[in-house]
Amino acid sequence: MTYEPVIGLEVHLQLNTDSKLFCGCSTTFGAAPNHQTCPVCLGLPGVLPVFNHRAFEWGIKTALALDCTLAQVMKFDRKQYFYPDLPKGYQISQYDQPLAQAGCLDIDVAGQARRIGITRIHLEEDAGKLLHDPQAPWSYVDFNRAGVPLLEIVSEPDLRSPDEAYEYLLELKAVLEYLDVSTCDMEKGSLRCDTNISLRKPGEALGARVEIKNLNSFKAVKASLVYEIMRQAKQLDAGERIAQETRLWNAKSEQTETMRSKEEASDYRYFPEPDLVPFTIQPRVREAIATQLPPLPAQRRMRLVDTYGLSAYDAQVLTQHRRLAELFEEAVAQGAKPKPLANWIMGELLAYLNARGQEPSGVTLRPEWLVHLLEAIDAGTISGKMAKELFVESIERQVDPAQVIRESNLRQIVDDEQLDRLADEVIAGFQKSVEDYRKGKANALMFLVGKCMERSNGKANPTQMTGILKRKLT
Amino acid sequence: MAIVTTQDVQHVALLARLALGDDELKKLAAQLDEILEYVRQLQAVSTDGVDPTSHALPLADITRPDQRLPSLPPEEALTLAPARHGHLVKVPKVID
Amino acid sequence: MDRLCTRTIHELRSLMDQGACDPQALLEELLEQIERLNPTLHAYITVDAERLRQRLEQRLRQGPRGKLFGIPITVKDNLCVQGEETTCASRILRNFRPPYTASAVERLCQAGAIIVPRANMDEFAFGSSTESSAYGVTRNPWDLERVPGGSSGGSACAVAADAAIAALGTDTGGSIRQPAAFCGVVGLKPTYGRVSRYGLIAFASSLDCIGPITKDVHDCALLLSVLAGYDPKDSTCAPVEVPDYVAAMQQPVQGLRFGVPNEYLIEAGIEPDVKAALEESCRALEQLGMQRVSVSLPHTSSAVATYYVVATAEASSNLARYDGVRYGARAATDGGSLLDMYQRTRADGFGTEAKRRIILGTYVLSRGYYDAYYLKGLKVRTLIKRDFDEALTHCDVLICPTSPTAAFRIGEKLDDPLQMYLSDIFTISANLAGIPALSMPCGLTTKGLPIGMQLMAGPFREETLLQAAYAYEQATEWHRRKPDLRPQTSDFRTGKEVGGVTDV
Repeated sequence: MTYEPVIGLEVHLQLNTDSKLFCGCSTTFGAAPNHQTCPVCLGLPGVLPVFNHRAFEWGIKTALALDCTLAQVMKFDRKQYFYPDLPKGYQISQYDQPLAQAGCLDIDVAGQARRIGITRIHLEEDAGKLLHDPQAPWSYVDFNRAGVPLLEIVSEPDLRSPDEAYEYLLELKAVLEYLDVSTCDMEKGSLRCDTNISLRKPGEALGARVEIKNLNSFKAVKASLVYEIMRQAKQLDAGERIAQETRLWNAKSEQTETMRSKEEASDYRYFPEPDLVPFTIQPRVREAIATQLPPLPAQRRMRLVDTYGLSAYDAQVLTQHRRLAELFEEAVAQGAKPKPLANWIMGELLAYLNARGQEPSGVTLRPEWLVHLLEAIDAGTISGKMAKELFVESIERQVDPAQVIRESNLRQIVDDEQLDRLADEVIAGFQKSVEDYRKGKANALMFLVGKCMERSNGKANPTQMTGILKRKLT
Repeated sequence: MAIVTTQDVQHVALLARLALGDDELKKLAAQLDEILEYVRQLQAVSTDGVDPTSHALPLADITRPDQRLPSLPPEEALTLAPARHGHLVKVPKVID
Repeated sequence: MDRLCTRTIHELRSLMDQGACDPQALLEELLEQIERLNPTLHAYITVDAERLRQRLEQRLRQGPRGKLFGIPITVKDNLCVQGEETTCASRILRNFRPPYTASAVERLCQAGAIIVPRANMDEFAFGSSTESSAYGVTRNPWDLERVPGGSSGGSACAVAADAAIAALGTDTGGSIRQPAAFCGVVGLKPTYGRVSRYGLIAFASSLDCIGPITKDVHDCALLLSVLAGYDPKDSTCAPVEVPDYVAAMQQPVQGLRFGVPNEYLIEAGIEPDVKAALEESCRALEQLGMQRVSVSLPHTSSAVATYYVVATAEASSNLARYDGVRYGARAATDGGSLLDMYQRTRADGFGTEAKRRIILGTYVLSRGYYDAYYLKGLKVRTLIKRDFDEALTHCDVLICPTSPTAAFRIGEKLDDPLQMYLSDIFTISANLAGIPALSMPCGLTTKGLPIGMQLMAGPFREETLLQAAYAYEQATEWHRRKPDLRPQTSDFRTGKEVGGVTDV
């Protein structure tokens, strides 16, 4: 039986503001435990929250980028439950008057354009971090993270496959990165994701929803959905009912597991936060922020295709990260040719980053370096192989490739006389291959070119070399 | 017929993380019942089209700039904790 | 000459400016008075005389100097004072020493005052009698068998007994005004948001106010002018200018209109003496040139119910942080679970009234009941607020008794929480509406117990309150009446100890 998956995604994004949502403590990741706390974020008796204006602006910015309708008046509410990482015994969040609602994100799934709805976006404070002692019956709490601003972005259950969910996350992350409101790093926890899924027979009512938590990467999101579809389908086929529950993803076993009895279907007893006043979003504020939005991925894609003639695929890859797109456009502005540049970025640069597990935003690479590198290749000054090595050296030494070429005399040998002499030497030294070639073995020519490269320490221009040898041997 | 039973109070006590003895439970249930009976009179007050008042003052849009301020020195914060482990606050193990 | 500790702030300021009063002599007298009376009255949970002397010395040496320079001001145990044990009269905060001082208290310090902390109170401010303190009952200085009122009972008692020059109290449903009335002193609940709440250990966030409890109206105006003003640490604090309250107080009251709400007059529980005193006071106001008008507050009968739904809901939430994790008491549960720790810590740490309010508050917010109780309560609150807006278009102040009765006996109302709640009928509405209200002495019962008159005005109209109150006070002089605390004629010669936990 084929069932239709109905999937929704809930993303929590840490805003990269200087200070926390309701107090002046730093939000920097990785500080020593409990070194970034104060009476307010510790929930000491008598303290009061005061709303961070930048978190407000960035929330609005994000909502606009995702095409949402902003609230005219928004307020905060208390979400109440007991947990050691929750200092006040309640989280300041938003319930019925959130920052924004009814937005959307356009994604591309295997050539198919899909519009995914965004139900709501709201602001809330993060909780602290719990660590568990593997041996003793204790847990430990670090409150540095308590009070860090979070933006919760909830999608409509419009996704219909694990692939779509994955594409949605990639595109959402790209947009968020463009806005520069967060480090968007799942490993550091600045971007977190939960998903929910139900199965139904096409045309029928929605099935029981299962929520999945403990997902540490976009791939895990996809894998967990694949697993759930299989698990639920199996149960449904056997005539069993699906339990509406929350399950945890086990990355090791690659399965979802039931959570041990969570507290009675949580009654969060939401009520309006009395310590914070309501917040209005004036039209002129909205306009001001809207005009400051950077071109978003979709827009950039269009520009890359229309202005530079790149393929849709190329545009997609380049715009996945703001930094890549920026690098591209800046280099083109300085004279680089679009297609070779695009290839170089998608090929060499991404390979470099992937090998080191780095994000594009993490590497310092000046656009002029790319320009100079590609110019050198184009002029034949260096070979393609040399260029690859030079590229890496350039990044690691933080130096312009043009300078390296000057320094180390890397220039390819293009001087005809030199190459001519080299060809003669090799022909003289490898008579057998010369005869093989004359007999018709094309490979023998390649062998001879290879020997020329060896003798010249790779500096001979292979194309020219091939031409010269051919001339001499015919 | 009581509005509130000892079971109701038991449930609420769990939500509020309060351990209550049997006698306490019974007494509280009776008192709560009396109070809720009294409070029920609010049902009779007509509030159609009336907005709730969460804030007595018509204040709005009070925010602060995104500025870092000094945190509490960790020793000062941790000194308050009933149990600690180095710079961490210690609690009985949390089992999810 | 009167002993220094019996003086008011403005008198002492005057004496000090003339060089006729030494702050250290003042403190010594006060400490002596406290030493003599506190064992019986228990207005203070503890007093550290040596520390106070050191503080004064430091203040005299380093300043800052201001209106309150060298004056000791007593502070209720729910206002955080850095480094001082601040417990809200609860076991759950035993030994808690906040690393910061409440903004309002800080303002007193900036004006040069010396803080005398730990005035006794009802636990977490839940109560109208100070009987629910985990650290002992406070007695009414006018009659030791009676309550001083609550929850700021310690503050009011100390001021009445000259064991404080003046004090800060807090008021969520009448907790400054009612004890002021029971103890025969002046108490003001300012407009909500007039004084910063930062550092006030919260009971009900949308109702809590900090205010002065003083021997006369002049001191009240003086203290308010120090306390009031914007604080960026409190989002609910109003950025409204602070007028010169002392100057405003002295404005003539000719032509001011006052209204006595009809519904309050017919309140069944009013004692005859109280009713008579109010009528007498109204006549006095008319003689001062004020004009009496008739006003109505139609939703009066819903006020207590509304208050107890809204206040307890917020309280139950504000008390969730007392969980034994980061500060305060934690129950020893010997390898028990986290749930055990939470439940035992809170069961052991909270008193009966606190538990009752937490349960009630949690109930009215819980799934299935929120709309019927909490949301409904917030809507009726709107109606109550509108009543006051309307009534105050017809008059400048509202006048009524502060409490239907004078001070009741210790233990009298402990078994009947609902009865206790109902006695707040005249005070709670001002909190729901957010308006300022003042209580002042206006008579004595036949048994010699103080009766309080309450004045209410529109938001940020404290000037009007002080104006009317001052005129009345100067004409009637009830503020000069003091309880008889002479050793020869009362129990104070025995210096009998009062203490221990009272719990029902």
